Amino acid sequence: MLKILKYSFFDLMRSRWSYVYFAFYLLLGVVLLFLNNDLSKAVITLMNVIIVLVPLIGTIFGVMYYYNSQEFTELLLAQPIKRSSIFLGQYLGVALSLSMSLILGLGIPFVFYGLFESSAIWDFSLLLITGTFLTLIFTALAFNIALSNENKIKGFGYAILLWLFLAVIYDGLFLMTLVLFEDYPLDKLSLIGTMLNPIDLSRTLILLKLDISALLGYTGAVFKQFFGTSFGLVVSFFMLTVWVALPVLRIVFKSKRKDF
Amino acid sequence: MVDIQNLHKKFGKNQVLSGVDLSIREGGIFAILGPNGSGKTTLIKAVLGMVIPNKGEIMVLGENIKKNSEYRHKIDYLPQIANFPSNLRVRELIKMIKDLRKPTDEDQRLIELFRLEPFLDKKLGNLSGGTKQKVNLVLTFMFNSPLIILDEPTTGLDPISLIRLKDLIKAEKAKGKTILITSHIMSFVEEISDEIVFILEGKIYFKGPISELKTKTNQPDFEHAIASILTDNHA
Repeated sequence: MLKILKYSFFDLMRSRWSYVYFAFYLLLGVVLLFLNNDLSKAVITLMNVIIVLVPLIGTIFGVMYYYNSQEFTELLLAQPIKRSSIFLGQYLGVALSLSMSLILGLGIPFVFYGLFESSAIWDFSLLLITGTFLTLIFTALAFNIALSNENKIKGFGYAILLWLFLAVIYDGLFLMTLVLFEDYPLDKLSLIGTMLNPIDLSRTLILLKLDISALLGYTGAVFKQFFGTSFGLVVSFFMLTVWVALPVLRIVFKSKRKDF
Repeated sequence: MVDIQNLHKKFGKNQVLSGVDLSIREGGIFAILGPNGSGKTTLIKAVLGMVIPNKGEIMVLGENIKKNSEYRHKIDYLPQIANFPSNLRVRELIKMIKDLRKPTDEDQRLIELFRLEPFLDKKLGNLSGGTKQKVNLVLTFMFNSPLIILDEPTTGLDPISLIRLKDLIKAEKAKGKTILITSHIMSFVEEISDEIVFILEGKIYFKGPISELKTKTNQPDFEHAIASILTDNHA
């Protein structure tokens, strides 16, 4: 698996899009720091961008990479390599190169700005860790969609819909449920609702750490009240790990049964 | 060498293979023929473990291939469409496949044979179809495995390369290897193969030497013999 991972990773590192993605974050980091002059405020703005953008890029890149490397995958399938190694290797190659673009692109301007002397270093690290988790989750979801759909257009369509649903529609539905059933106790429901969406989960996780009650919202408040700050962090990290593990397991399962 | 028993494969509602029984002995060149969509590629891919059968058993060199990837060390496979990652250079691709399988020095000889030296540092995305096919051939033949499977090996090759390919296949046969070929070019098949396996509607319709097919169909030449099978069965 490591060999496939290595080749997928280097293949992507040489592609133009990795640099575009890297350059975008670099620019974003620099601009935010110049405009804000305040590390912790920049971290909050970044959070809002990352939480929407990282899943989008993860899904699109994941689906694109899978479809683009289909013929090459066939070449690999005829070699004495296990199927799970091929697909996990490719998946990790995509996810790691995207995470690296994110970490380096944002990290470099922040380091130059004096991150290491700042108290915001933990908040910032948490932001990058969450970003990496989101990349891992959404690339895995994208691979799942691509594995289940031979038709590229359909695959792309489902991938975009998935992102749209989790990033935008889910929140709307969630809010509507809360408003509709406001007469009932909603603590448990909103807790579960948050955990079922990795984007919401990441947002709550970061806001818990930043400890800004004004931005926490209802679910965040419930989360904090229910778990407390530190246990809340542990629970949300655990849930993010589950969110990575389930799609990855399905990649292994699905790829073993697929015809090429 | 290869033993297939009662192989069934369905893609959705489309029954592609319905009960293939085939046994291929060691040594010699076997051509798998059949009209478009008769299941040739599916059969080959089932042997390679790329297509998972609904029913049936496949043994390669005495090993059951189910849930097994090690047996592919003994197979060299040339896929039908050669499409490689366009960012890679030819040299890197060859190195990579060697890294994934095992070290070999055969590639040098093959690169010379197909005159690929000028292309070694070019990116695969910039190569013509025929050159890609030559790279594909180098990747296939460099490992010296006992079983070689070639899916449409002549695609895109110029006449000189075609002659070199034929010589190469004959040389491999002389080493005692078993070679499975699919092709639609009847003259190529007639020249090179010892036996043919004819697939029709998901079943083995005929297996044996070309001369036997000619007597069976009462046709003087190979091309007409094949054509007569097809017209008899579709009329």
